[in-house]
Amino acid sequence: MTVLPDSLGQPDSPGEPEVPGTPLLRTDSLTRHFKIGNALTRRTLHAVDEVSLSVGNREIVALAGESGSGKSTIARLLAKVYKPTSGEIYFEGKPISSISSRSDQLRYSGLAPMVFQDPFASINPVFRVSHGVLRSVKLHRPELSSRQRYEEALRVFDVVGLTPAADVLQRYPHELSGGQRQRVGFAQALAMRPKLIIADEPVSMLDVSIRIGLLNLMTKLRDEEGVSILYITHDLASARYVADRLVIMYAARLAESGPMEEVLTRPKHPYTQLLLSAVPDPRAPLGVGAETDRGEPPKVIDPTPGCRFRWRCPLAIEVCHTVTPQMEPIGPAHEVACHVAQSGAEVKAF
Amino acid sequence: MAMMRMPGTVQADQQAAVLPPAAHLRGHNPALRALYRITAAIRSNRKATWGFALLLLVCLISAFPGVIAHDSPTAMIYKVSLGPSAKHLLGTTGLGQDMFAQVIWGARPVLLIAFGVGLGATGIAVLIGVAAAYLGGLWDSVLNLVTDVLLVIPLFPLLIVLAGYLHGAGTSVMIVVITFTGWSYTARQLRSQALSLRSRDFLQAARVRGERRLYIVVVEIIPTMTSLIVASFLTNALYAVLFSTSLQFIGLGDPTVVSWGTMLRAADNNEAFQTGQALWIIAPGLCIVALGAALALLNYAFDEIGNPALRPLKRTRARADSSRTAALRPTRSASVKPS
Amino acid sequence: MSSRAEPQPVTAEHALRIGGKLRRLRGGQASAAQDTPIDIAPPPPAGSVLDVRDLSVEYLLESGVVRAVDQVSFSLRAGEFLAVVGESGCGKSTLLFAVAQLLSPPAEITGGTVVFRGRNMVGMTDSALTAIRWKDFSVVMQSAMNALNPVKSIGAQFRDAMRAHGTTSKAEIAARSAEVMRMVGIDPVHLSSYPHQLSGGMRQRSMIAMALLFTPELVIMDEPTSALDVVAQRSLMVQIKELQEQFGFAVIFVTHDMSLVSHFSEHLMVMYAGQVAERGPTRQVFDSPAHPYTIGLMDAFPSIREERRALKGIPGRPPDLARLPHGCRFAPRCPKVMQRCKEEPPELYQLGSIDVRCFLYDPAAPADQGSAP
Repeated sequence: MTVLPDSLGQPDSPGEPEVPGTPLLRTDSLTRHFKIGNALTRRTLHAVDEVSLSVGNREIVALAGESGSGKSTIARLLAKVYKPTSGEIYFEGKPISSISSRSDQLRYSGLAPMVFQDPFASINPVFRVSHGVLRSVKLHRPELSSRQRYEEALRVFDVVGLTPAADVLQRYPHELSGGQRQRVGFAQALAMRPKLIIADEPVSMLDVSIRIGLLNLMTKLRDEEGVSILYITHDLASARYVADRLVIMYAARLAESGPMEEVLTRPKHPYTQLLLSAVPDPRAPLGVGAETDRGEPPKVIDPTPGCRFRWRCPLAIEVCHTVTPQMEPIGPAHEVACHVAQSGAEVKAF
Repeated sequence: MAMMRMPGTVQADQQAAVLPPAAHLRGHNPALRALYRITAAIRSNRKATWGFALLLLVCLISAFPGVIAHDSPTAMIYKVSLGPSAKHLLGTTGLGQDMFAQVIWGARPVLLIAFGVGLGATGIAVLIGVAAAYLGGLWDSVLNLVTDVLLVIPLFPLLIVLAGYLHGAGTSVMIVVITFTGWSYTARQLRSQALSLRSRDFLQAARVRGERRLYIVVVEIIPTMTSLIVASFLTNALYAVLFSTSLQFIGLGDPTVVSWGTMLRAADNNEAFQTGQALWIIAPGLCIVALGAALALLNYAFDEIGNPALRPLKRTRARADSSRTAALRPTRSASVKPS
Repeated sequence: MSSRAEPQPVTAEHALRIGGKLRRLRGGQASAAQDTPIDIAPPPPAGSVLDVRDLSVEYLLESGVVRAVDQVSFSLRAGEFLAVVGESGCGKSTLLFAVAQLLSPPAEITGGTVVFRGRNMVGMTDSALTAIRWKDFSVVMQSAMNALNPVKSIGAQFRDAMRAHGTTSKAEIAARSAEVMRMVGIDPVHLSSYPHQLSGGMRQRSMIAMALLFTPELVIMDEPTSALDVVAQRSLMVQIKELQEQFGFAVIFVTHDMSLVSHFSEHLMVMYAGQVAERGPTRQVFDSPAHPYTIGLMDAFPSIREERRALKGIPGRPPDLARLPHGCRFAPRCPKVMQRCKEEPPELYQLGSIDVRCFLYDPAAPADQGSAP
């Protein structure tokens, strides 16, 4: 039996108990809307609606949802690319909207950097891969000398597995494979001594056999470098492999959240159950109810109140059409936004 | 004046593939490496080689005219309208000047205008185009307006008016006038490309790691646009050559400057074709064509170097046939095949 | 529907001329050394729709010749589903394009045959190919946004396809378009939509609808689900399978995600570095994979239901096709590598119903072969 690294929890563990004191990152009713259309047909696209989630120290939280669910917008809100329409983001207890000076801004972007999805577009093709890393160090740790900066670059390249570091640093992006480029992205983030890495679908564009290497890297970063990661993905299997907690989003709202094994073995939201049933697993027989749900997540434009999953939900009851469900606890550290689940009834949708 | 083919769009991705990697020079002086890669690129592409050779020739001629042509270009001391001979390689003009000397000395002003406008117009275009794209918002609207207004104004009449007002445009005036009226075309192209680059992840990555905007524009965006910037330079230079010689031809140039355009003017004034002195028109005309062709060839070549999809397909028979012969070896037998 | 022509018998001339338009242009002169046909290939198995034998594709680059597909063979019967699986760069997409006769320079088929309904497509003239394209076989591309014309409505594109193949009556076109849209589960009202107005899943379905306009016998699909989310993916796969059962066409499905096809394909072919690594019935390959690469690949999928455990993936990278190692191409990464593997390249050996390219299964080899030092 393979020896499991400590990080892989046993099934059925309740996950980390709530840490007393402030979590590393906390969002409070985070909302972001976009205005679309022209002056005559002004409408509002709801990208993120009232999302409250948190990430603690040394933990990996997976934020899962289909495309259009709002998870990438959350990443950009956290990276301060967008300003929230309402709600607040607290990092180490302090609201990031109060960050105004350049030095504070720089400090925040060093503590919460982002890793992007597309390994082929996220590195400037004109420079060597050392360029981005050295710039990161220069901006965020100006006290280091040029020699020390280079050594830090060597160190982070070693940590992410790009060895021999001195050699790889000299290469151009087009000489590296997709997996190696993503590692460079992580190295750039690491060079800033972050506390939280916002990873926006970092492995989606890589071959399946390469993904494992990067997922293992993420657990290593959590364990050895003490970095928390917000892992944004649409792939539940990789989320399970690497993350401690799971947060599910649907149509700009949160559907369910809780410790990984808890949510996977006892999913309470019908959408979670749908997602789980759709994940291909060669070792499991194909679910007989391949009752194919043909629906797709809606674009949330000027929505009416009510649960946004109600058109696809076989268990929808009357209140689902009139009242938007909020996230309520339903188990230890396990929350769900579903009227049926909150009423205590058995949820067996898919 | 017909506009030349717009430089092709080059993916920023392919920038890295623009020049062949000089892997074996790794660790050497980056300037040397860049030089090596550029020469390798030029040697590998036929259009680039010819264009570069021609351009180099013109540059040498304009740098050392006295070395090549010993006669004075302006002295009207010879017998008029002589045909080519050993003493006068191209004969003499209708005004008694040595035509060969004129052609040789006439290269310099043309080249100065070409490079002056090339650098000036491209510089302004880069500044305005990229700034507009990256800064966005009000800046973009204002700069766009300025660019568009200049684009819409009919340039040739404007040039005529300006040059006429300045009583005969010498070389520096030409450069200023053509630059001022010509930068807007390439500014639009550069703005378009910068706009398409703006949402590229690596620029977002730079922003997210805390770089200042100016830094991003200068260090991150512009280098990925080198192919288009070089193409803009060549376009503007070519455009300048043709425009300036046209202006000189219609009499708006400075007649005291010896240049190919003023030669044409003088030849036309003296009815060179009708009086059988065709060489007086043909010689400078061919030189203009040669310089124009050099710039155009280099432009096409850079497109091809930057965008491999545009390269001509060379399928040498020898190689193709040898691979087929290899494939013809027995395949279905049970014997072990070479890998 | 158009009537189907009698399949022509395989003759030496058809089956064995090595392809290429250039040859035809040169008048097919059989100059002694180069054009000698090889020994006649045995006829394809009865009832097979597609029979690919020893297909090789090379890229003629300035720096040399790169063989992207190296003597790949497989055959497919009516109504069967073949999944071709491999990482990026293994040649699966090139193989697909070669089978569909869609290669363009510098890629070229340099060996082998692709016998479709009894006729070798390699070396067929453009006009002959056009006659069977879309009617007898069709292709679904990877990204609908790349394959669909963004400035034409879906219905207009269906119209173009049908007109190009002889259907001109407006009523017929409208009726058939609506019919195929319903077949894939899209309301025909979307025929007037533009591609960007449809969601990703619907775009892929309309691509499939377009591929089925003439109910071809073979549909070739290049990673049609890779841009979709997991729920849309599953529903698309189920849809494809339903249509297949209903209309009886064969499917070649290229993907890098093995688990996706595990429940839908009858045959599975794993490719590595341009060669077939393993080939056999899907269930068998999944239950007892033979090639170390297949084992490694399957191990790289984290499971959502089984017990959590640490996975390793496959260390290293696929080889540079321009600089292949001597011997087995997987040897540098293989956990079970032996000395022999580094010296000679393995053949495809039979292991029951599976073909494996690995010396571990060489029936002629001595029972225990020492591991490499």
